[in-house]
Amino acid sequence: MPDVFALQAPPRYEIEDDDLLINIPAPPEKYSGAYLTETYKVNMGPQHPSTHGVLRLELTMDGEVVLSIRPHIGYLHRCFEKHAENLPYAGIVPYTDRMDYLAGLSQNMSFAVAVERLMGIKVPERVEYIRVIICELQRIASHLVAFGTYGLDMGAFTPFLWAFRDREMILDLFEWLTGARLLYNYIWVGGLARDLPEGWVAKTREFLDYFEPKINDFNDLLSYNHIFITRTANVGILPPEVAISYGVTGPNLRGSGVDWDLRRDDPYSIYDRFKWNVALGKGRFGPIGSCWDRYWVRIEEMAESVKICRQALEGLPEGDVHETIPRKARPPKGDVYARTESPRGELGYYVISDGSDVPLRCKARSPCFTAISSLNAVVQHAKKPMLIADVVATVASYDIVLGEVDR
Amino acid sequence: MTTQEIHARLKARFGERIGELAEGVDPSCTVEAQSIAEVCNWLRDEPGIDLTSLMCLSAVDLKDKLQVVYNLHSIKHNHKLTLRIEFSDRENPHAPTVSTVFGTADWHEREAYDMMGIVFDGHHDLRRILCPDDWEGWPLRKDYVVQETYRGLRVPYAEGMNPDRGHWVSKDTPDLRVDPPQRQEPDLEGM
Repeated sequence: MPDVFALQAPPRYEIEDDDLLINIPAPPEKYSGAYLTETYKVNMGPQHPSTHGVLRLELTMDGEVVLSIRPHIGYLHRCFEKHAENLPYAGIVPYTDRMDYLAGLSQNMSFAVAVERLMGIKVPERVEYIRVIICELQRIASHLVAFGTYGLDMGAFTPFLWAFRDREMILDLFEWLTGARLLYNYIWVGGLARDLPEGWVAKTREFLDYFEPKINDFNDLLSYNHIFITRTANVGILPPEVAISYGVTGPNLRGSGVDWDLRRDDPYSIYDRFKWNVALGKGRFGPIGSCWDRYWVRIEEMAESVKICRQALEGLPEGDVHETIPRKARPPKGDVYARTESPRGELGYYVISDGSDVPLRCKARSPCFTAISSLNAVVQHAKKPMLIADVVATVASYDIVLGEVDR
Repeated sequence: MTTQEIHARLKARFGERIGELAEGVDPSCTVEAQSIAEVCNWLRDEPGIDLTSLMCLSAVDLKDKLQVVYNLHSIKHNHKLTLRIEFSDRENPHAPTVSTVFGTADWHEREAYDMMGIVFDGHHDLRRILCPDDWEGWPLRKDYVVQETYRGLRVPYAEGMNPDRGHWVSKDTPDLRVDPPQRQEPDLEGM
């Protein structure tokens, strides 16, 4: 059987931006109710494939135009916060994995940062470097799912297969490192579960070399596809001031053109040592803050994550990853709100300690929770009537994980 | 601007209604519960302070009182402030809503209501958000007892409850845990 990936790729078609400017018809006047018929409700979900989990959207419709959206959540509610009040700090880490099952390491990281800040632990350099490397790999893996499933929701099947092919390699690296493919429990309070295995760094470099050119292929396949652009570039516009008010963060906020990235602007761990660019939505094919802009931020962020990974692998020092892990974490009395940039945005943990070995309160601030709450605002700020298909495009472009919304 | 400077300006504007700044990992100050919406509105709009985003809103049960914590942040100036309001009356905690100031407070306040039973006056849609609408009790309160039945279904998995071993274990289930061997614990205070 021929190795299909070894075959030489056809020469890339260099795309001029002008080629792509599609004549998108000017948005009509804001829906005035001229065809007002009886309004009715449509239930979308909770078992709808495009809601990415169990989310129910109650749409108020006039004809085929969506007048308002009322999201109903809670179908996956497991009361993480109540569990956390009954568990020692080390025991909470596996629960954080299960909130955002596409980016478990970022969740571990955020909780560890919160408790370490409360306890005043300074972790060794090697731990910080490994954390940055795996969190950035996790970001690539998570954005690949976002990219693939977004194509799937827009009716393109191939990007999904391409994305999962590459994500598989990251999961293999994680499996080698942590023993698990999705739910890692790897970043512990004060350190890491185990050190890097021999040869892992070389394999990771190999993956980065393989993956970097693939991003261009993704662009050729989906990003610059005319159908895809017309489907997403003028849809689901989230104005920047609405995004800030609703606490939308991460790629969704940057898609609206707000230059804000916690890794650069409120640095935690050692992110201030690396040089990379913050990807921003620029409104290339339509108004700024559209679905395409949010999608594009994720594509660019994958390339930036590769840059960070390379720099971190370059500077990886020697050291002991277990050195500062407390035998029993007993933070002093006090509270802390620590936030990190997860692939979905600002993930915060508000932890209160009363001096014992279980927290008095542990609140997770989920980026998807706030993103979904802004869904109705998107409809209300839309310049043109929004259809059900546009709701699908908007929900998918937020890249939500319902496990994290419901906690 | 440092948190101390913001607090000084806040104190100059609202006087007695603002408490002293408590030092900690995140410095915070208490605010009179009925003034929270006014204070947040001022903090958002005052030039030079511009705390335009509400990072997190958490309800806390401290056993003798309930608390709501507001973590504010300014994207423009990159400074933070933590506000607290307290309720000594556990039965009837009321505070004005800040969902008119920050859009994100809409759902966070619903969550605080759902989990802790704190009522935000003036909220346009104060319903339960994570639990079903007809759930009883406030699950994150320390004195919460799970309701026995929900729509005819037994809620605890087994009969009775044993708070020492988590509410999902029946009182009749034999305790099979073995006490760990006694061992001299090292002094962990400094870790």
